[in-house]
Amino acid sequence: MKIIKEALAGTLESSDLLVKVTPLPEDRVDVVIQSEVMHQFGEQIRQVVLATLQQLGLISGQVVIEDKGALDCAIRARVQAAILRGAAVDQLDWSKLS
Amino acid sequence: MNQQLQATLASEPGLKGLEPFSHFAQHNPYLKDPAEKASRKVVASLEEAIRRAGLTNGMTISFHHAFREGDKTINNVVQVLADMGFRNLTLASSSLLNCNAPLIEHIKNGVIGKIYTSGMRGKLAEAISNGLMEHPVQIHSHGGRVKLIQSGELKIDVAFLGVSACDEFGNANGVSGKSRCGALGYAKVDAHFARKVVLLTEELVEFPNTPASISQDQVDYIVKVDQVGDPSKISVGAARVTSNPRELLIARYAADVIEHGGYFRDGFSLQTGSGASSTAATRFLEQRMRRKNIKASFALGGITGGIVDLFRKGLIGTLVDTQSFDADAAESLRESPRHIEISTNEYANPGSKAAYCDRVDVVILSALEIDLDFNVNVITGSDGVMRGASGGHCDVAAAANLSIIVAPLIRSRIPTVVKHVTTVVTPGECVGVLVTDHGIAVNPRRPEVAERLKAAGLPVFSIEELYARCQAITGEPAPIEFLDKIVGVIRYRDGSVIDVVRQVKP
Amino acid sequence: MKLRRSMLFLPGANAAMLSTAFVFKPDSIMFDLEDAVSLREKDAARLLVFHALQNPVYRDIETVVRINPLNTPFGLADLEAVVRAGVDIVRLPKTDSAADVHELEAEVERIEKACGREVGSTKLMAAIESASGVVNALSIATSSQRMIGIALAGFDYVMDMQTERGDGTELFYARCAVLHAARVAGIDAFDVVYSDVNDEEGFLKEVELIKKLGFNGKSLINPRQIELLHNAYAPTEEDVDYAHRVVAAAEKAEREGLGVVALNGKMIDAPIVNHAKRVLQKAQASGVRK
Repeated sequence: MKIIKEALAGTLESSDLLVKVTPLPEDRVDVVIQSEVMHQFGEQIRQVVLATLQQLGLISGQVVIEDKGALDCAIRARVQAAILRGAAVDQLDWSKLS
Repeated sequence: MNQQLQATLASEPGLKGLEPFSHFAQHNPYLKDPAEKASRKVVASLEEAIRRAGLTNGMTISFHHAFREGDKTINNVVQVLADMGFRNLTLASSSLLNCNAPLIEHIKNGVIGKIYTSGMRGKLAEAISNGLMEHPVQIHSHGGRVKLIQSGELKIDVAFLGVSACDEFGNANGVSGKSRCGALGYAKVDAHFARKVVLLTEELVEFPNTPASISQDQVDYIVKVDQVGDPSKISVGAARVTSNPRELLIARYAADVIEHGGYFRDGFSLQTGSGASSTAATRFLEQRMRRKNIKASFALGGITGGIVDLFRKGLIGTLVDTQSFDADAAESLRESPRHIEISTNEYANPGSKAAYCDRVDVVILSALEIDLDFNVNVITGSDGVMRGASGGHCDVAAAANLSIIVAPLIRSRIPTVVKHVTTVVTPGECVGVLVTDHGIAVNPRRPEVAERLKAAGLPVFSIEELYARCQAITGEPAPIEFLDKIVGVIRYRDGSVIDVVRQVKP
Repeated sequence: MKLRRSMLFLPGANAAMLSTAFVFKPDSIMFDLEDAVSLREKDAARLLVFHALQNPVYRDIETVVRINPLNTPFGLADLEAVVRAGVDIVRLPKTDSAADVHELEAEVERIEKACGREVGSTKLMAAIESASGVVNALSIATSSQRMIGIALAGFDYVMDMQTERGDGTELFYARCAVLHAARVAGIDAFDVVYSDVNDEEGFLKEVELIKKLGFNGKSLINPRQIELLHNAYAPTEEDVDYAHRVVAAAEKAEREGLGVVALNGKMIDAPIVNHAKRVLQKAQASGVRK
């Protein structure tokens, strides 16, 4: 899966996150994470994001996350929403999203 | 007569050195001038008051924080002191808030060298947590501040006290004039103990201004200023009113705990601290009090509109007010004889001859963190940065018959129940019950309370269960890394040191 | 007998509410993918709800999802997501006839088979929001073994009837029709939302009315209404005492092999015993009325 257009998902409200995806000219995945709870949960957030990207099979695109203390389930949902929007995917394989 | 008297004073060994009388105004020259007699304390500018008060580098200045986020006095006075070239002052404000961020510059420039305060918020707190100051901030409780003054550790040279109105002699209160903050509980202490007292007033009103919360015999100089504070900002932040359902749920559980905790009987006494859930608990108390035909003898503390409402409905006998948290409280203090104003010495000083907090049955207090031993942190966030205030927390927790801590179990992703609190402010031995939105935990030291709450059908868990629930929802937070430098010293109410705060690793 | 007094609506696009709402302990939580979600956010809300449903914090609470109607571009995708995520109940909006339920049921069964979920484990409920829905209430209520309840939704219904929300007169027939259909079908009946969250008195008045009519409960839009509703539905202390005595008498009669239950010389039949059990269940859930 490749990001082919810029897309956003989520909000900057407390307990949510904003995910922005942008196309990259080559097959490379760039992940930038900022979080209000970076000190305590930065590593966990990175793990969840990377696992979610891998599950979707993302091979190209930049993913920028601004987290406001969201739980893991919200992080998965927002990352998936942004990627699917940016990759212009309509037909979903739900078994790959759990 | 004078020569004879002088000779007598000189010759009688027992009278040697005594001064003979010269004329009635020898030592009070202003008595000769009717205009000067009335207005001798009123000075034209703050600068003049500062000069006449004899302030020099290295001295201690003090302020009250009754206007909370609306304070216009602290920053302005320190700016004037900076412009006058003062250095290395100790700032002893009863507390500091978000609005005090401009102090950062004055710390950097060496105008302020040390700080005593109940707490800090916002940018100032962040900067200090990141090592802004050479000397650590001394963080005290409201009662503990008076104790530090009494013991001589904290010697206030000049108190700068903002009031909405006073007369030319300095009789002042927080219930007359325009910007009424209500009770002057902190200012009363400084007016009593400071070497020199400068009042900053918005209005000079007709003599005598009553009631005199600060009395004319405590005041040295009076300066008229445009604004000392904005009372509409008293109730923002920690003292706000909530419609948030989660905070209301916690408030309802807290009212349940009061009802069934064992102290809910006619004539009981209560205090609700700042914090949305704590303040909101009062609105759930009314029907419980009516249902069981119970009235409270008094309510203590920071008084809120919610408490005033119960008082006006006849459900509380007397309001004992050291800080008014909103306009309703200030108005009630102005108009009701049974709403009385007390100093923080009378409120909670453990060295006072009698403190009201010793008579409190039930208190509701907030927490940023609470640990498995029920120790409470109200100063540092779980990122190690200071962002709160000690307030009356450890004072009333120590004195009340039942201390109830209210907090959401999780704030966004930050767990409130932790293995060890980042900073201890109130020791767990003083805490009775923790109320969260996920359920209630009772300190094992209070098995009788746990039994009562369980019998009433309340959702009682062990603190370990609530901790496990936190961990399951948020995951385990990584420990915060600190540097060696100490940026804050947490003083217990008796003056002892209960914990230190270290600089956070950037 | 599952108690369903309170069904709390949560907007499906709100991450913060989805992360905390379970603490309010309504009898059921309903994630809304329909009216509370804007067209642009349908995909994101669907994913949020998909993951929230799988969060262990929702394991102890009955979950409902209001999907978009199947004749919109979103309805089927909503269904795919929530059936796979393990939702307890799918709520179909704007149900006009039994055919709507049959169409939904076929899709649910297909998805259950595709994802390995036990066929029949996804329950259904229908929201009735039109004149034809009200007229067809009985056939809707009895349309499927999966049906657990029908709910009246007032907003669209009063528009359809060319009237507006008022003192309740405008809903009188619809409430009675929906309720009778539910009772005939042996399923639950839910009343409309009360939208002015600050008007506690008005809310309680409406609760009193629908409780007397016989509704199981009500859809709620603010967590603050839960406690008020549960308390209004809670039995009084006398109710509980009497119910205890009825149940004790019934148990005694059963132990002694008697066909007839008697209390204080009066005969008690099965419906009274069942009613007494429901009273005790409500008391167990939220105490006696305060």
